[in-house]
Amino acid sequence: MTTLALPTRRDEDFRYSDIEALAAVWPVAREEIVVVAGASDSREIVETGTGTVARHLVVTLEAGARFDLRVLSAGPAFGRVAIDVTLGEGADFTLGAAQLATGAQTLEIVTEVSHAGPNATSRQVVRTVLAGHSTGTYLGRIAVDRGADGTDAEQSVRAMLLDRTATANARPELEIYADDVKAAHGCAVGELDANGLFYLMSRGLPPADAKRLMLQAFIAEAFAGAPGAEALSERALARLEEIL
Amino acid sequence: MLQITDLHATVADKPILKGLSLSINAGEVHAIMGPNGAGKSTTGYVLGGRPGYEVTGGTVQFDGQDLLELEPHERSAAGLFLGFQYPVEIPGVSFVQFLREAANAQRKGRGEEPLSGGEFLKLAREKAGLLKMDMDMLKRPVNVGFSGGEKKRAEMVQMGILDPKLAILDETDSGLDIDALRIVGEGINAIMRKPDKAVLLITHYQRLLDYVKPDFVHVLAGGRIVRSGGPELALQLEHEGYEAVTA
Repeated sequence: MTTLALPTRRDEDFRYSDIEALAAVWPVAREEIVVVAGASDSREIVETGTGTVARHLVVTLEAGARFDLRVLSAGPAFGRVAIDVTLGEGADFTLGAAQLATGAQTLEIVTEVSHAGPNATSRQVVRTVLAGHSTGTYLGRIAVDRGADGTDAEQSVRAMLLDRTATANARPELEIYADDVKAAHGCAVGELDANGLFYLMSRGLPPADAKRLMLQAFIAEAFAGAPGAEALSERALARLEEIL
Repeated sequence: MLQITDLHATVADKPILKGLSLSINAGEVHAIMGPNGAGKSTTGYVLGGRPGYEVTGGTVQFDGQDLLELEPHERSAAGLFLGFQYPVEIPGVSFVQFLREAANAQRKGRGEEPLSGGEFLKLAREKAGLLKMDMDMLKRPVNVGFSGGEKKRAEMVQMGILDPKLAILDETDSGLDIDALRIVGEGINAIMRKPDKAVLLITHYQRLLDYVKPDFVHVLAGGRIVRSGGPELALQLEHEGYEAVTA
């Protein structure tokens, strides 16, 4: 049951949210997506407007279904994309998400990936670039049910801080009740490699171009392998240039 | 072309260069040799403008400009090339993409038209050929997965594309096998041995100097040049060691 009450920051899933902004769009409608047994589907969520955005996708992947979801969140003052995915036997889920924020923006991606059947695979790649006083969050829970042996679940979460005043939150969580499970998660918050920047600049690239080039590559990791990878990267780049 | 006068520099507040003076004219090849810790790499980085290398005294004039006033990319646009001892890996950024942007940024700085994709590839292919480097390698991410020798050859390809007036090459010979050393040496000669260009080789060993014949050899010790001479000085160093020569 979905509660209609506005969450508070005491609710773990909304711990870093801009509740005031959220109130304006609450309650958030659930967007149901079902990919039937053996079928493949893909979807893009691109939020480049400046208004508040809150979305909640509820995805059911039947046995052997494949779903490729790409998210570009780059613009909203508050942008939240929550994704709940349930994978049946042998299903495959890919999430590639990029968040770009500056000023006082708050962007977040909250995922709950449930491996309900055996031999399902999930891969999440989230790349966040934060400037100014912005906040970027990834909360990702992976649940592997009893009997979901052969699960292969992967989370790769990286955030890049362009200013020391920005904040990145990352909380990967694993809850595993099966025996034969491969679950990998990598999580890193960092700054642009100073050696790399100097190297590029020493070859004639102005600082903003050197940063853009390095960040472009960083963001592209979220869109690698997507049908619309090039268009997504271009839209991300447009925002990146504004931020730099 | 380059006049370094009484240069003092610190790294993390530790004085490394203590009164370095050196003058390089167009058409000349100079070699700076010296023991570990003498300040060789610091010299390269200070001239390249690396953050963290603080100049505390002295002046550097490059082609009539105050080099120390310029940002690293402005130094590059002015015609300075710094070849790295340890070229940096940049995942996800291809050589071709990066070098075309770099070349065009420099051209823009000089008020020239940018190179088209086709023009750039032609230039890159020509310079890669000089260094016997497969063009496909330049489509890969910058230095990622390259061997030490391949990285150094890629540095020279970049130098060829950027066509600098002055190349400062920091231990470009390290990590090279005998064949690669010859290829790199010949590449340096082909690209830089011209009347309007100059080279500053920073090296431990004589071996690169067999291919790129220096006009002047300087011994750097304790952050300053303690001895200068012709090519024979490098041979003497090789035979007698730094201690004997600098004593």
